[in-house]
Amino acid sequence: MNALTPADLEAIARTPVVDPPEWVRVQLDTGGIAAGAELVYGALAAARTERQLSFALLRAGSVGYSFADPVIEVQDAGMPRVLYGRMNAAVASHLIDEHLLAHRLLDDHIIATRQRGTSLDTAVTHVLVRDTSGEGSRTESLQSAFNAELKRQDLGDRVQVVRALDVGIYEQGAVVQLLPGAVTYANIQEADIALIVRESIAGGRVLENLRWQTPDRQKRIVLRHCGEVDPDSLDDYLRRAAGYQALRRALFEFTPEQVIAEMKTAALRGRGGAGFPTALKWQLTRAQPAPQRYVICNGDEGDPGAFMDRSVLESDPHVVLEGMLIAAYAMGASRGYFYIRAEYPKAVERIERAIGQARERGLLGDNILGRGFAFDAKVRLGAGAFVCGEETALIASIEGRRGSPTPRPPYPSVRGLWGMPTAINNVETLASVPPILRHGGAWFAGHGTPTSRGTKVFAVTGKVRNAQLVEVPMGTTLRQIITDVCGGVADGRELKAVQTGGPSGGVIPVQHLDTPVSYETLQELGSIMGSGGMLVMDKTDSMVDVAKFYLRFCVDESCGKCAPCRIGGYQLLQILERISRGRGSASDVAQIRRICLAMQRASLCGLGQTAPNPVLSTLRYFNDEYKAFIEGGPAYVRKISRTAAPAAKSADEARRVPAAGETASGLLAAKS
Amino acid sequence: MTRARINQLEVEVPEGTSILDAARKVQVNIPTLCKHKDLLPTAACGLCIVRNQGSNKLIRACCTPLENNMQITTHDREIVEVRRSTLELILSNHPQACLTCGRNGECELQARAADFNIPLEAIKRYVKDVPADRSTGSIILEFQKCIKCGRCIQVCQEVQNVWALSFLDRGINTRMAPAGDITLAESPCVKCGQCSAHCPTGAIVENDETPLVWEALHDPEKICVVQIAPSVRVTVGEAFGLPPGANLTRKLYAALRRLGFRAVFDTNFSADLTIVEEASEFIQRFVHRRGALPLITSCCPSWTDFMEKRHYDFIDNFSTAKSPQQMLGVLAKTYYAQKLGLDPAKMFVVSIMPCTAKKYELSRTEEMYASSFKDVDVALTTRELARMLKQSGIDFLNLADGKADSMLGDYSGAGTIFGVTGGVMEAALRTACFYATGKKLESLELDSVRGLEGVKEGTVMVDGTAVRVAVAHGLANVEQVLDRVRAARKNGQEPPYHFIEVMACPGGCIGGGGQPYGVDNERRKLRIAGLYQDDRDATVRYSHENPEVVRVYEDFLGKPLGPRAHELLHTQYTARPLYKR
Repeated sequence: MNALTPADLEAIARTPVVDPPEWVRVQLDTGGIAAGAELVYGALAAARTERQLSFALLRAGSVGYSFADPVIEVQDAGMPRVLYGRMNAAVASHLIDEHLLAHRLLDDHIIATRQRGTSLDTAVTHVLVRDTSGEGSRTESLQSAFNAELKRQDLGDRVQVVRALDVGIYEQGAVVQLLPGAVTYANIQEADIALIVRESIAGGRVLENLRWQTPDRQKRIVLRHCGEVDPDSLDDYLRRAAGYQALRRALFEFTPEQVIAEMKTAALRGRGGAGFPTALKWQLTRAQPAPQRYVICNGDEGDPGAFMDRSVLESDPHVVLEGMLIAAYAMGASRGYFYIRAEYPKAVERIERAIGQARERGLLGDNILGRGFAFDAKVRLGAGAFVCGEETALIASIEGRRGSPTPRPPYPSVRGLWGMPTAINNVETLASVPPILRHGGAWFAGHGTPTSRGTKVFAVTGKVRNAQLVEVPMGTTLRQIITDVCGGVADGRELKAVQTGGPSGGVIPVQHLDTPVSYETLQELGSIMGSGGMLVMDKTDSMVDVAKFYLRFCVDESCGKCAPCRIGGYQLLQILERISRGRGSASDVAQIRRICLAMQRASLCGLGQTAPNPVLSTLRYFNDEYKAFIEGGPAYVRKISRTAAPAAKSADEARRVPAAGETASGLLAAKS
Repeated sequence: MTRARINQLEVEVPEGTSILDAARKVQVNIPTLCKHKDLLPTAACGLCIVRNQGSNKLIRACCTPLENNMQITTHDREIVEVRRSTLELILSNHPQACLTCGRNGECELQARAADFNIPLEAIKRYVKDVPADRSTGSIILEFQKCIKCGRCIQVCQEVQNVWALSFLDRGINTRMAPAGDITLAESPCVKCGQCSAHCPTGAIVENDETPLVWEALHDPEKICVVQIAPSVRVTVGEAFGLPPGANLTRKLYAALRRLGFRAVFDTNFSADLTIVEEASEFIQRFVHRRGALPLITSCCPSWTDFMEKRHYDFIDNFSTAKSPQQMLGVLAKTYYAQKLGLDPAKMFVVSIMPCTAKKYELSRTEEMYASSFKDVDVALTTRELARMLKQSGIDFLNLADGKADSMLGDYSGAGTIFGVTGGVMEAALRTACFYATGKKLESLELDSVRGLEGVKEGTVMVDGTAVRVAVAHGLANVEQVLDRVRAARKNGQEPPYHFIEVMACPGGCIGGGGQPYGVDNERRKLRIAGLYQDDRDATVRYSHENPEVVRVYEDFLGKPLGPRAHELLHTQYTARPLYKR
């Protein structure tokens, strides 16, 4: 195939995307596939052939609604575009009959759009209803009430009332969304129904007093095309996502120094967890004289419960590659590596395909876009150790050595891969680069807080109603993320704490949930931003168990090189085990603190330095729980295991998290 | 230069100097267990943490270069507390079997524990039960005592290029072990013992064979004789508090006799003999063009083992002359036994060596049994000898000087410098030049092959012909020399060298794996100076002029490279590839 030219890119930018009138798009990321998305895709494809239907069957990555996997999106002529969740093969064939042939939306699968419309200029065709109190038991009666009222006002034929799976609004009583305008009403009472039907549906007037005005908390910059572009298609990325326009702009409108300056304006900080300014990292690497420089994409996501990077790599691989190309241009690197954990075969497959496509079209090679810029990239599989996400260990691993950290300095920007200056950027960091180059650093910096600009992707899991990927502007509070975006704690239980930053982070108790998220605020609370894992815990969770779970993870994953981490972590875990068996003693807490201090101060890399965080933060906020074990002794342990199985159950739940494959990263403060 | 302050003290050091080294300049010792003076920092132990003003992180002094205007604090309340906790953690993962440990009294971990007065079980002890590896008979790996400092692995991989040791597993289960979890004997190990010389604890020690020697000495039937290697005389004093390089040759003779040896010989004698054989080989190859060039020395058993495993394409280039240890052994049980009418079956030959590989050499091939018996029965390291002397109650340092036994005891200055890198080359050239021209070298001392440079090259004019030589020590340096020869061979060119000397250990035998602990370049230099002084003090400085060497040929061996010499003094090599090239 011919190499792309800047003129080609400009032409593509001017051409609007024309989709076929009818299509179904299946979200085929690992989470979706694990839930059966391929079966859904297969069922749709088979039905399409057998019944000679004309809809296009499209593929995409994930939009992030893990709680509803598998998710598909459906566009049918004359119908509002909708997302369906919790699909399976049977529902898929039902969907063909109902939606594509009978032009009726399906009950109980629709995930309502988060956009809140403000006008009803287009006639209402569908009403999504959902009782958002608790588990939504009154949804059906709400549907009946609307149907009855529509019939009464003679609109029954014109409007379909559909039970939604999720409307993105929680604990706000009865909620309706009027399609296609997406005007949303919440907390509606029985008496309001007639009014809504008369005024809004029949009359096209918005009832401002009922309208749900709270804007969606999410701001999707990194994830903006996830679930939309076909991750296997360069063309789709080029057309649908304005792909490689940022690269074109960087190469033709910016000098490398200007790219770095733009990044400085954006004030993007490393999304792997430590928050090092990206522009500075590039500048330091660029400033180092060398015959060769490297850029590495750190995709060794490993925190339990985190799956941000996997999702981006699987859903929009080209944006990460484009980010890497811009980074390489800025710092004068001619080789790049994607270091992706081997447990992410889909991500590896898609990024490899993206690299191949880019090479084929001259977006990688000796003379990219005819600009004389040479760059090529390769994939390296992670060596199966969490610590390989630490940058010096990662470099060792790429070089074929044991993945153990080495002392810094020298920093990789001075002496990194094969002894050459190297910049290591996290997946999310690189994915943030193309939008910054397209819309400007100032635009990006317009989001977030003064010290933490832009948006951050979180993987919210645990005892939360809707486990999902969330992208919010920095400065959004933890409560907003958990309650407004993810629906709060499942099963109506009481929220107790949130764990952020994975094993390097800490536990933040409910009284601090109104803290705006930024690198600094989380650190002040004894946790860290990390790469974006966020585990929600309710009152049944034992904090001693939580501390043990994260610590055990670090003990298992310690490379064993330095004594404080290798032995400290192990000994700490022994003490915690002792305490949770009711065999602890009063002096144990002092011992814990001493060992924690030694690990924090004397460990070589971020893994050991931050491994005590979950222990220290639970001690800080939930000292009573430790006390109860120590003072209550074996009798207390017997009591809680007899009366409240939840304590034991919560430990199982916590362990279940990584096993579910929803692994997270966040690594280490030292990670890029 | 970098200027900064350490504990308020002004310090100026060359750029790139670590904080640890800079602190020593102002008499501040920062404790460390993993950093070895001559090795790159591994940053493993975490004891050397210090604080730079303005940063709340603690940094490692071993691997952080001092920067201008730094204000370093090496000891404050928090630092000392963290250090203590870290040391407690290390001890909690250690058997603390000090009283029965090979390093008792000489252990760096023990010393730090004493400094900090760590109470027993400050943190509950956890030591995994891993049996020791005794497979080589030279070196014992006591895994439980390992603190994972990584020195041995660095030495084995980077300095020696042997790659027998590596880290296995991770977390608390991390261990130093032969890669692939095989035994050391199955590994590429060449038994050089540099791991044990650099180990801070008792995790890697020589196989102590002193009980065998005591038993023989106490056996009235046995006729025990002993030989001491060139380098031992300038190192053994260190075990008794003397500075490195102090020459104790005559005290050793006296002490060994007191220990009960019937005869005390000197390996320097057989070093001279080795030179006569090897120089003759060289003349044969260089002058008469019979045999492969370059000739490569073979008196280092770690080197021959390494060559057989990794560089067996050079077998034809190897000198077939046995090492001095083996030459002396075979002559003791033949020549000496015959002269004195002793039954060689009752003779028990002990050698005192700087080297753990010498234990392996004793039974290396069947040629090591040329006397029809095991030519040397036991090889002890310098460390084992020191232990025996201490056990014996002999006031070693205050002994009156003794003498070696004649026939196998006299030596030349050329023989004594066998113990340093470049020494074999220098000694051989002295004699070879004479053999080739009948004249002596213009300059006796060859500066080009002296010193601690990893590879040394020189050209010596022998009667108008240039002899190109190379000397390598530290096995990692061998490759580049051999690769040059290989390249020439491949291109059909003349070899870049005519004569190559290799010693496995950095500095040669004076830095051997069996020498007193605490080796570093400073010590190596002092030990080397001691041996060169011994050479200068010698009345005879040519191996072929050693009167006892002359006599052994006249009375017993016949001519160099003659049939009898060949039968008793030469050996052969077999390719034993570990990995396919």
